[in-house]
Amino acid sequence: MTTIDLHRLTGAYALHALSDDENVSFERHLARCEPCAQEAAELRATAARLGLAAETAPSPALREHVLRRITTVRQEAPGTVGGPLSARDGRRARLLSRWALAACLAAVAALGGTAVWEHRRAEDAGERAHRAAGTADEIAAVLAAPDARTRAAELGDGATGAVVVSRELDRAVFVVSGMTHPPGGKVYQLWFDDAGSMRPAGVMDPRRSDQVVLLRGAVDGASGMGITVEPVGGSREPTSGPVALMTLPA
Amino acid sequence: MKEAVDIGSNPSTEPDLQGLLGQVALGDEEAFAGVYDAVAGPVLGVVRAVLRDHAQSEEVAQEVLVEVWRTAPRYRPDRGTAINWILTLAHRRAVDRVRSVDAAAARDHRAALLDRVPEYDEVAEHVEARLEREQVRRCLRTLTEIQRQAVTLAYYRGLTYREVAEALHLPLGTVKTRLRDGLIRLRDCLGVTA
Repeated sequence: MTTIDLHRLTGAYALHALSDDENVSFERHLARCEPCAQEAAELRATAARLGLAAETAPSPALREHVLRRITTVRQEAPGTVGGPLSARDGRRARLLSRWALAACLAAVAALGGTAVWEHRRAEDAGERAHRAAGTADEIAAVLAAPDARTRAAELGDGATGAVVVSRELDRAVFVVSGMTHPPGGKVYQLWFDDAGSMRPAGVMDPRRSDQVVLLRGAVDGASGMGITVEPVGGSREPTSGPVALMTLPA
Repeated sequence: MKEAVDIGSNPSTEPDLQGLLGQVALGDEEAFAGVYDAVAGPVLGVVRAVLRDHAQSEEVAQEVLVEVWRTAPRYRPDRGTAINWILTLAHRRAVDRVRSVDAAAARDHRAALLDRVPEYDEVAEHVEARLEREQVRRCLRTLTEIQRQAVTLAYYRGLTYREVAEALHLPLGTVKTRLRDGLIRLRDCLGVTA
């Protein structure tokens, strides 16, 4: 599409009448074209007037529902839209609400031991089950901790992740969905970032694209976490570049 | 609730909403109730204009209002007024919902929309009384027929410009241009500044 064509799209953009793809390329154009951005903002404001003119009285029940729901929804931190660093460009990241955390908790309960996986050699089934249950409890404790803070990020290739930290418990949980499977013989390994030096924090189950993982070891002041691809069993230090890096919530 | 419609049309009330939103950003639930009272009507109106279905509209409006709470700390006054921010979000979510329904339903929906083209201004119809509405109606009348149809189909029906082109049997380029010059004319008539 030529620049002139793009410039003509301000109206369609302001009315949300572009396809998703066109919207992305138009926003890229806006970032480079100040007059277009100005016009787009004015036309957005104009479209909002069309919205105001359509006002409808909501039912009293809606007010009640909304005001009740917000008491359980955690707000995003100011200015941390792209706070977490993904391996690609910083994109919109949403923090998990308490509601989403509750969903995570439910998922942990439903998945039981299979949510968390560690590479271990022979191990008796009973002990494994016991360990898994213990881990699920620990995950639940972190997610439910009153001081739990969450930071979410898009990890590229459609995967999204969130890291939940309780400084009080000094533990962190990583929740991921839509992760592509690692190459054969490899796993994703998690790391705590201690001011630039990477400390191993366990590996993920290579068979699952959605999982909830308790990071191994204490957070201990780590400022971030990273994910790398490592040989099965994990490495003592990263042997490849990070797939993703995230800042831990303060 | 009574003052809600004046926000945006009457600049003097806008700072209040802005101020309330600032308090909401700090987690003030009481301030949020004030924001709710100011914007719930317009939010539901926008969503309902696009979705038509009342139950679904209340559901989406609820999502939007909770999202306002959740993302209030990210609102940037230098990027536009609070009401614009909120109504843009509401329209986006309504449009997302319309476009996310499964293929068959989407086809039905579109067919139903296209049948309704002649009634494009019915949304503006059931809101006679308000000044804001009157002003918007008056300004919509300054648009050419094609501009007005294109703008109202896109905004109040959530159609993409391709769908608008299909509905009005116009070339894509014409629709792009009409959406833009129609909105520009509307902007000038309403005296909108960003």
